[in-house]
Formats: sequence, C-alpha cells, structure tokens
Amino acid sequence: MRLLTHNMLASNARGAVTGYPLKLQVVKWSTKEAEPNPEFLRGMLPKIDWPALVAATQALGLPELLPEAPPTDAELSAEGAAADEGSALRRLHRALLEIHIEEGALVCPDTDRCFPISRGVPNMLLHEDEVRN
Amino acid sequence: MPRPEVQAPPEIFYNESEARKYTTSSRIIEIQSRITERALELLALPNDGVPKLLLDIGCGSGLSGETLTEQGHHWIGYDISKSMLDVALEREAEGDLLLADMGQGLGLRPGVIDGAISISAVQWLCNADKSCHNPRLRLKAFFGSLYRCLARGARAVLQFYADNVKQSEMIVTAAMRAGFAGGVVVDWPHSSKAKKSYLVLTCGPPSLNSSLPKGKGQDGAMCSDDDESDDGSGDEDGAQTVGIYERNRPKKRQKTKKNGKGKAWLLNKKEQLRRRGREVPADTKYTGRKRKSYF
Repeated sequence: MRLLTHNMLASNARGAVTGYPLKLQVVKWSTKEAEPNPEFLRGMLPKIDWPALVAATQALGLPELLPEAPPTDAELSAEGAAADEGSALRRLHRALLEIHIEEGALVCPDTDRCFPISRGVPNMLLHEDEVRN
Repeated sequence: MPRPEVQAPPEIFYNESEARKYTTSSRIIEIQSRITERALELLALPNDGVPKLLLDIGCGSGLSGETLTEQGHHWIGYDISKSMLDVALEREAEGDLLLADMGQGLGLRPGVIDGAISISAVQWLCNADKSCHNPRLRLKAFFGSLYRCLARGARAVLQFYADNVKQSEMIVTAAMRAGFAGGVVVDWPHSSKAKKSYLVLTCGPPSLNSSLPKGKGQDGAMCSDDDESDDGSGDEDGAQTVGIYERNRPKKRQKTKKNGKGKAWLLNKKEQLRRRGREVPADTKYTGRKRKSYF
C-alpha cells in the first residue's frame, strides 16, 4: 500500500465521526522505484491531506523527507525538478508513490478500530455490528 | 451453468482454486480487458495526457487493473475475496489493493477520486448472503460512499450482469437516490451472449455536457459473438461498429406430395421381376388401381 492510498483512506466503522486520518503503525515497509510524473503530482497535491502525509512519513522514521508546509506549485514546476533527487517534487514523489507499507496496521482516530495490513493489503472488512446502517 | 451469485457469497465462491482458474483463463482475460477498455471509454476522462487516480471496485485478481495501468493511470482496487487478492499480489498488480466489502461503504475521504470503474461486481450486492445483509441498504451504502469520494464532475462506470429487470432497477434506483446522474448503457442488446450493461454515473448535477452515450450494436444490428473485434475508434456518441444482418434466404418451393408411385412405376417393376425369373402376375387393366375399401 502506498502512502497516497493511506492518505485517501477513512474508517467506515460505526462511531467514526470523520474516520480519517488513520494512524499508521508500520512493522515493515519497502521502496519500489516508479517513474515520476510532475503533472500527476501537481494534480494530486490539492487533494492531499498534508498533515496526515507528514505524520505518515514520521511514523516511518523519515521526519526529514517532507517539510511541514506543502510545496508550492512553483516548486513542483521548477526546471529540472524531476531529475534533481533532492527537489521537492522528487521527495513528494518518493513519499506518495515509492514507499510501500507491507506489514502493520491502520488505526481509526475516533474508535481505535485496528485494520491490519498484511502483505501490503489492508483488511478493511468490518464485523456485522460495526457496519453503520 | 448457474450464475456464481446464486452459488455462494463472493468471498467463498472465489476460493483459491476458483480464483486461480478465473485468472488463468485466456478467455476471461480477454473479456475482462475488452470490458475495461469500454468502461474507460465511457468514463470519458479528459484527454490531457495526465494520469488519473481511479478506483477499481471488485478488482479481483487485477485483470481490469492491468488495463488501467497500461493506460497510464494509478488505481486503487477493492475486493472482498482474499484469494483473488492473493493472486493479484502474485501477478504483481501495480495498483494498491484493499480487502474490503463494497456493501459496507468504500471508506475514502470526500472528493479525492478522479473516476471509478467496476467490472462484473455490483450484481453481488443484490444477493443477501448473510442474515444481516439487506441488499437495498448495502446498495445505498455503496453508492452513497462512491458519490462522496468522487471529485465534482467525475464519473463512475459500473459494468454488471443483472439477473432480472428488478435487480437492474434496484441498482439504478439506488444510484439515483445517492445523487448521481446518468443511466444504463447497453452494448449489443440483441445478443444474449455479448450483451453488456454499463451503469454510467456522473457526480454532480446533470448538464448538457453529460448526455448519456449510446450503446453499441443497437439499431437492429446483431453482433456475432464476444470475439468480434472493435476496429473503429470509439468516441462517446456511439462507436463505429459493423452489424451483421441475418441473411434473408428465400424458402424452397414445397414439393407436391404424391400418394403413390403410379402405374408406370408398377409396370416397370413387374418387368424387372420377370427378367429376374420371378413369378409375376399378369398385367391387366386393373394393374395399379386402388383396392376397394372392404378388401
């Protein structure tokens, strides 16, 4: 599971007021290289919950990967940003699309419901009494 | 062959052997690929070359997601069958996978998804597989959460196999009540084998731009079967297709039925028997006549 997906997820359990951002508990994670696409990242940036993304990278033990404030459009569009390893674009790309959570759990902030992650696949199935109707 | 929905719930029906069988069937792979391409066509994403973040609801072993990856998009796949997801992991699916029940709601933040597709999955919601399952409530939860997570103006294309008209109406009604605009597009409606129903939904108020695209194979044209290739370029208002009309062969002239073989045939037959040395009655004026009824 990529951090991009984690940023989108919310708990659906009964009693969850907002259900997001899910707290990330990481046991094992990996990195897979992917081709950066500046247009995709620029399009996704307005939809990203930035504090949740920063908290996720901190849970991974990478506090210096992303700054506290989201990068500006100018930073993402800077000349040669896709080639520069240290640029804001590449760091955002690495955080969103290259980091994969393999084992761990997602915890709902409202109900403390724990969703295990096994082999990169979160188990979001709810029990019968947890489904809101 | 009975439909899988009436045999078992999806997480039980698609066990390890069934999931593997489904994925390794070249026919299934081809059909899934074609349906997904058609769904992407109906999704009418802007042609700006920027990849989108799409949902694949009921992604199974990643067959449809593979087509999304080939088109360059990022996708998040939902499926309730762990065995299917295991096969997807084996096949190294590019998208992110989630083990989830769509009848419980999608569990996504509002307004973050650029589009959604679903291949042969929504009809499972019409079955009550557990005592706590209520199909209408599950459809309501599904479409409600789908509406919330889609961005404004985004679309969802859900291909499904309805068991009957009532099921189809239940699905469409649930989608309309959730706030969607749109309807059902049917490709090849005259062929029982090649017929495909796509629920094309638009998030947001209906406008002139979001007219419903036409389905393929209408206007009385019949298609041959699933293997027909669509060579024409597909635009939204009906792709170019070639229909095969039934040949109108004229009926053969009906033969006039004869009662018997006639006197000439009889005389000829008697002559044959004489030449073979058989004992044959003499030819008289009564030869070949019909016997009286009391005989």
